[in-house]
Amino acid sequence: MSAETMLAFDANCHLFIPGCGFESPGLHSFVFEPLFTVGGFEFNKPMLLALLSTVVVVWFFWAAFGRAKVVPGKLQMIGEAGYDFVRRGLVYDALGKKEGDKYVPFMVSLFFFVWIMNIWSIVPVAAFPVTSIIAFPLGLALIVYILWMSLTFKKHGFVGALKNLSGYDKSLGWVLPLIMVLELLQHLLIRPFTHAVRLFANMFAGHMLILMFTIASWYLLNGIGIVYASASFVMTIVMTAFELFIQAVQAYVFVLLACNYVQGALAENH
Amino acid sequence: MTLVNMAAEVPENPLFPPIPELVIGLVAFFIVFGILAKKLLPNINNVLDERRRQIEGRMEEAEALQAEAQQVLADYRAQLADARHEAARLRQEAQEQGATLIAEMRAEGQRQREEIIAAGHAQIAADRKAAAQSLRQDVGKLATDLAGKLVGESLEDHARQSRTIDRFLDELEAGATKAEAGR
Repeated sequence: MSAETMLAFDANCHLFIPGCGFESPGLHSFVFEPLFTVGGFEFNKPMLLALLSTVVVVWFFWAAFGRAKVVPGKLQMIGEAGYDFVRRGLVYDALGKKEGDKYVPFMVSLFFFVWIMNIWSIVPVAAFPVTSIIAFPLGLALIVYILWMSLTFKKHGFVGALKNLSGYDKSLGWVLPLIMVLELLQHLLIRPFTHAVRLFANMFAGHMLILMFTIASWYLLNGIGIVYASASFVMTIVMTAFELFIQAVQAYVFVLLACNYVQGALAENH
Repeated sequence: MTLVNMAAEVPENPLFPPIPELVIGLVAFFIVFGILAKKLLPNINNVLDERRRQIEGRMEEAEALQAEAQQVLADYRAQLADARHEAARLRQEAQEQGATLIAEMRAEGQRQREEIIAAGHAQIAADRKAAAQSLRQDVGKLATDLAGKLVGESLEDHARQSRTIDRFLDELEAGATKAEAGR
């Protein structure tokens, strides 16, 4: 693979060079050539980064908790802080300690996996948020959806679950059918969709912005264009810092919503 | 394939999930979930529980120690009080014993004094009796000698002599007793 195919634009093209326009990033920036192909299966960069996310999360927690001690070392302390952040800050908060304990491992895995997948966005060389490919957040949202639905039907039975999902409430009177349709639609279709798309779109947009300013910084770097290039470069740095924040927030929101859905499934009636 | 060509490709709808990525994503997540849920999080939970237990255990230990210390203090105080009582009792006893001893010694002294006095009295009586006996004999002999000298050898008969003397002395004694009683 040449340097040309690594970069998503023509590196020799600059401002003021005739016949050379700015190639803005677009949907094509999210399509990757396969790194290799095994029997028709095309293995590409986002897949590699997804598997690397697994390696990073497992490696970190293995190092931190593999031989956990009562008197913790530095790494274990950091691991415990992260673990407690998700456990108390998200799971116990939404579900309570008694109900929530069962879901702690799932939510902890979910949070750190999503976070690391997001973080690849600002890691040099990787420089791509895995979650900006819809398949990854959608897969995770589906797992949450299946968990949520199975809990709802297990807890309330078939009719109870339908009531739970449709927000059945007699006191609403004649608007009840309308509400039920809307609620069912929301719970069964919109929620899982937005759950996945919220994460996807945030990462997608963030990556677009960083890409835009990065490419522009390079493109503008010719003659007097250095002034524009500097401004663009500053924006690249700012956006990178901002993304670092957004990546954590989106991972947090993703897990928060997952907790809320599970809580809704376990709630008596709402 | 050049980049210009790539850009010219019509990319798929970004909201349409490619199946291979979906599968890889799920596999990647379940590996994380499996290892964390089966091994690492139970690990850390055990350690956190153990830590909590140890902290609670130390608190219990401290409470137990404090209780023991208080128990020991109470015991010491009780023993001290007992010792004071004992000392007081011993003093009391000693005083009582001393008083008894003094009383006994006083009684003993009294008894010995009386014994000595009694013995003195008896001695005096015995001496007096012996003196009286000896006097009677001497007086009898003197009187006999005197009377013999006066009346010759007629009074040789001893028996008579004795009787006479005794009679005389008895009369003398009776006279003395009578004079004493009359006094």
